[in-house]
Amino acid sequence: MTLHFRSIEEAGTERIHRLLDLTEHMAAVGRRPNPKVPALRGKTVCNLFFEDSTRTRMSFDLAAKRLSADTMTLAVSSSSVNKGESLRDTVETLDSMGVDAFVVRHQTSGVPWQVAGWTPAAVINAGDGWHAHPTQALLDAYTIRQRRGIANDFSGLKVAVVGDIRHSRVARSTTDILQLLGAKVVHVAPRTLLPPTSDVATTSKFDDVVGEVDVVYMLRMQRERMGAGLVPNGGEYSRRFALDERRASALRPDALLMHPGPMNRGVEMMVDPTELPQSTILDQVTNGIAARMAVLFELLGSGGIEE
Amino acid sequence: MMQQHNMLFAGGTVIDETGERRADVRVREGIITEISSDLSAGDDELVDIAGCIVAPGFVDLHTHLREPGMPEAETIETGSRAAALGGYTAVVAMPNTDPTQDCVEVVEFVSKRGREVGLCDVRPSGSITIGRAGTQLTPFADLAAVGVHLFTDDGSGVQDEGLMRRALEYAGELGVVLAQHCEVASLTKGAVMHEGECCSHLGLPGWPALAEELMVHRDIELSRLTGSPVHLLHLSTARSVELVRAAKADGLRVTAEATPHHISLNDERLTSFDTRFKVNPPLRTTADIEEVKKGLLDGTIDAIATDHAPHPPVAKDRPLDEAPPGMLGLETALGVARSHLDCSWQHLLGAMSWRPAKIAGIDDQHGRPIVVGEPANLAVIDPDSQWEVDPSALASRSRNTPFIGVGLAARVRHTVYEGRIVVRDGKATA
Repeated sequence: MTLHFRSIEEAGTERIHRLLDLTEHMAAVGRRPNPKVPALRGKTVCNLFFEDSTRTRMSFDLAAKRLSADTMTLAVSSSSVNKGESLRDTVETLDSMGVDAFVVRHQTSGVPWQVAGWTPAAVINAGDGWHAHPTQALLDAYTIRQRRGIANDFSGLKVAVVGDIRHSRVARSTTDILQLLGAKVVHVAPRTLLPPTSDVATTSKFDDVVGEVDVVYMLRMQRERMGAGLVPNGGEYSRRFALDERRASALRPDALLMHPGPMNRGVEMMVDPTELPQSTILDQVTNGIAARMAVLFELLGSGGIEE
Repeated sequence: MMQQHNMLFAGGTVIDETGERRADVRVREGIITEISSDLSAGDDELVDIAGCIVAPGFVDLHTHLREPGMPEAETIETGSRAAALGGYTAVVAMPNTDPTQDCVEVVEFVSKRGREVGLCDVRPSGSITIGRAGTQLTPFADLAAVGVHLFTDDGSGVQDEGLMRRALEYAGELGVVLAQHCEVASLTKGAVMHEGECCSHLGLPGWPALAEELMVHRDIELSRLTGSPVHLLHLSTARSVELVRAAKADGLRVTAEATPHHISLNDERLTSFDTRFKVNPPLRTTADIEEVKKGLLDGTIDAIATDHAPHPPVAKDRPLDEAPPGMLGLETALGVARSHLDCSWQHLLGAMSWRPAKIAGIDDQHGRPIVVGEPANLAVIDPDSQWEVDPSALASRSRNTPFIGVGLAARVRHTVYEGRIVVRDGKATA
């Protein structure tokens, strides 16, 4: 059976530990004067992006190139997909060009599982609907490990994930990986932005946790949710759930402030995080390449990662 | 048109509304002419059915035949063949065709095409509102005059309470029945699956049980107010069953149906992200399944109806939010129902034959007692057959069955429609 990387849950503890260790290797490769290795020479990686995501796409593309894989990219907003051609037709067409791995981003949950049914290639989930974004989770966990100088045991670590949990694949996958590594997670959101049911601790009182936790993970609040009756208006949302001056000053000095990007300044982020020593936001971007190299190498690599 | 057969079904057990007995059944020129033990075939064809059950043919209150409008999904011919293979001698064709079954011309086209195909009795329903748009009533009396008995906007519920009240008042005096797809649309925007633990986990938009139950409750109360009968389509939640049970205890003219998939498959099937499991109303929790089964066992739910909803691969091979809801049901209904309902054969057959025949208003032809002089619309069932669905062997034009690889108990061996063997040894004869 082909190995995929589609969700933290599916990957399981053993693979996640291995991938975190491999991410560390890849981060070291990235610091070399020449960060390119021949590990995936002759392999073809197809980025299949049905949703706009320049950052994730570029991160995957660069990760594949650093491993010397050939890459091709199909980026289509699904509204422009010819309704006569099914998703399956698209995948089967690309597959016949000879693809070793598909990197799939889609606005609907489950598409990476459907794609895997139509191709023998490996499938990497680059974000599906509100469901999963496992490479984001991997880079987040690696960033915490790197910044705190700890190994893969996160027990004792307290993390608050703040914002639109309901519609966030990042919240789901990052919560999954943190819990898998032993951290304690609390979701901070109004009831309307939480999933219908959850076994994660929840609160709507950001102020109660902001100065307590080791990690504050801010989610992007999409502006279109504002008009959907989930919160009364952006101003009230920001007053209750944004990181403003007051809450930023309540952060513990050794806490980490994380965000998956892109930030909505003036919505969930009222301060400039680059001025806060707790911020990991740029580290996350850097580590994203290493995490994605790790995943690609795990699925397609056979030899070492020497220059 | 196939010839009627003169034949003797020998060695079987007859089960109908009146009871169960060992008897041979002779059929000549479309009529049951003799019933007794140990009849001799004489010039008639002898059909050995030792160990089998002879029952009145099944009646499906809820079949999507997709014609006119969507021949790539199903046609009246392929759907009728699937029905016959499932033991059905009558199906109520849902009105969400293109054009909608909201006028005499379309309804008559469906009836006529059904008669030409001649594999089962195709009874078109009518929509409650023109184009199923929920604003203007269809001409109930004109459609009743050409044989329509059941009206529904199936696929969506009538959202406007005032309009539904008028529809019931107007329909009541005509002796027709309105059937509701219970779904409050404002609670199910974008919904893909049951709202609960599983949808939260999968990040799929949820369809809360409440959206069904609110409309079940509303229509029960509208039936109470107007005195008109209401039939509730494909009930899926525990609370819906409870509401119908209470309505029946109050003596209201409320009937209900449940599908084979809502008593056999739960919402966790969607963890595969397989669009074959997307259906409306959605697959619910195991607790809901248990209550729907109890409702069928105690008669709260009158009928098993398939909601046979063919979709071609090109439609189902899409992301879950774009893929249309629905699954095939006609050819597997008996096997699934028998596998999941712990009840007598007579009770099960009642839910598939004579009780839905009464709701559909066709109990003069279908679901009849098996006695001399009655029309020969019969299903012969092998109760001991263990089988699995072979999707490539389905008669339906589509392949969207959720029951691939599932072991099923009991299978239809022969189907007799108007005295003709339309299915013999599990194979369609035409």
